[in-house]
Amino acid sequence: MNALFSLVSALIAVAALVAVSWFGVGAIGLDSVFGVIIPYIALAIFIIGVVYRIVDWARVPVPFRIPTTCGQGKSLPWIKADNLDCPYNTWGVIGRMFLEVFLFRSLFRNSKAELREGPKAAYASAKWLWLFGILFHYSFLIIVLRHLRFFMEPIPSFVEAITSVDGFFQIMVPTVFISDLLFLGAVTLLFLRRVGLPQVRYISLPADYFALFLILGIGISGVLMRNFFKVDLLGVKSLAISLFTLHPAPPPGIHPIFYVHLFLVSVLIAYFPFSKLMHAGGVFLSPTRNLANVNRSERYVNPWNYPVKVHTYEEYENDYREKMKECGIPVDKE
Amino acid sequence: MYNAGKIIIGIVIFLALITAPFWYNFGKASTPPKLEIGTQEKQCVESKAFMQSSHMVLLDQWRDEVLRVGKRIYVNSAGKQYNMSLQNTCTKCHSSKTKFCDRCHTYLNVAPNCWDCHIAPKEQEKQAGRSDK
Repeated sequence: MNALFSLVSALIAVAALVAVSWFGVGAIGLDSVFGVIIPYIALAIFIIGVVYRIVDWARVPVPFRIPTTCGQGKSLPWIKADNLDCPYNTWGVIGRMFLEVFLFRSLFRNSKAELREGPKAAYASAKWLWLFGILFHYSFLIIVLRHLRFFMEPIPSFVEAITSVDGFFQIMVPTVFISDLLFLGAVTLLFLRRVGLPQVRYISLPADYFALFLILGIGISGVLMRNFFKVDLLGVKSLAISLFTLHPAPPPGIHPIFYVHLFLVSVLIAYFPFSKLMHAGGVFLSPTRNLANVNRSERYVNPWNYPVKVHTYEEYENDYREKMKECGIPVDKE
Repeated sequence: MYNAGKIIIGIVIFLALITAPFWYNFGKASTPPKLEIGTQEKQCVESKAFMQSSHMVLLDQWRDEVLRVGKRIYVNSAGKQYNMSLQNTCTKCHSSKTKFCDRCHTYLNVAPNCWDCHIAPKEQEKQAGRSDK
């Protein structure tokens, strides 16, 4: 697929979503559609979809033990084994999964290959994907946790603590959060990496750009309504609490930019189970990561093996003992 | 389903995290705080809608103009003049910090740093101060 087509089609899709919600609320006044009905449907699709995908994956048998190995496996006692890169027990697997999920260790190993004059192949470490990825994921996590101030009443103290650290520099009024800046910066850099590196651009599909633009749209609309459009927060929280207490009541007069933000979030979570965003659940179900490399020390039975009827040598000899003796073939039992 | 035990534990953790706000707010009535304005004036410096969403921007602008430019007079959108002062203009009407400012700020976890320098108006009733505890 043409790279430009992928980019432009995804951009048009996200722009259309923004326009639909902006005019849907601003011009037609569909507050309760965008404030109540769509968020509820999106949340239902998200929950059912994610559970379905996980169960669907869990129903697939893993015929072989196929961990990726990146270090010395357990062998002779005097050879030092690397339990994190080539796990030989459950603790190794847990450690490896922990580092993968929380520190994105496999991205840290990312490398780039270049063909130099000669021709010579040159390999070098490429940490940008890891850096932008980890900045993006952790700032997103902090932003989601900060949003709990709208979802919970009374507000839990850990949310207050995170918010106060995040707004530590007290720049501008209302305070600009460090995580907002990191988030927008990281998403932009991930986008620039995707369009800047020819190889990555070549393999990028509309789905890759769509998720990026959608998330960027959520971030931009969020910052816009906090620092530029000035949304009435009392109304926003009373809507959020009314949704979470199952007594939905959208208050009148919330600025349409809020509904753009909410609609983009609704689209994101509804799209989640159908897309590459499911890597959030998929990382836990990767047989290349969640299995220990114990192929030699423990037998792995293919789950779809049916019981094979075997005919042992003992039985064979019992069948043909007399004939074997006649021919002079040695037998185990006389 | 393979590894059913581990898969189910994972799904239960996922559901618990996602639905946490529903359980946390379960059975509570959604009542946004009511503010006690406590004034005879009918009209604030700007319109109610503007003040509700953007009072912090106005106050920030006032602070900058007074402290950095030395300008004390604010002309609102209707042409009326006000003295730019939190302690002399705002709190003349909004005389209770705990019943006006704090109710929304607590509800929304906003911690403005106005009172790092300014002195909050004295509460009329002694109980108001105690309600924080």
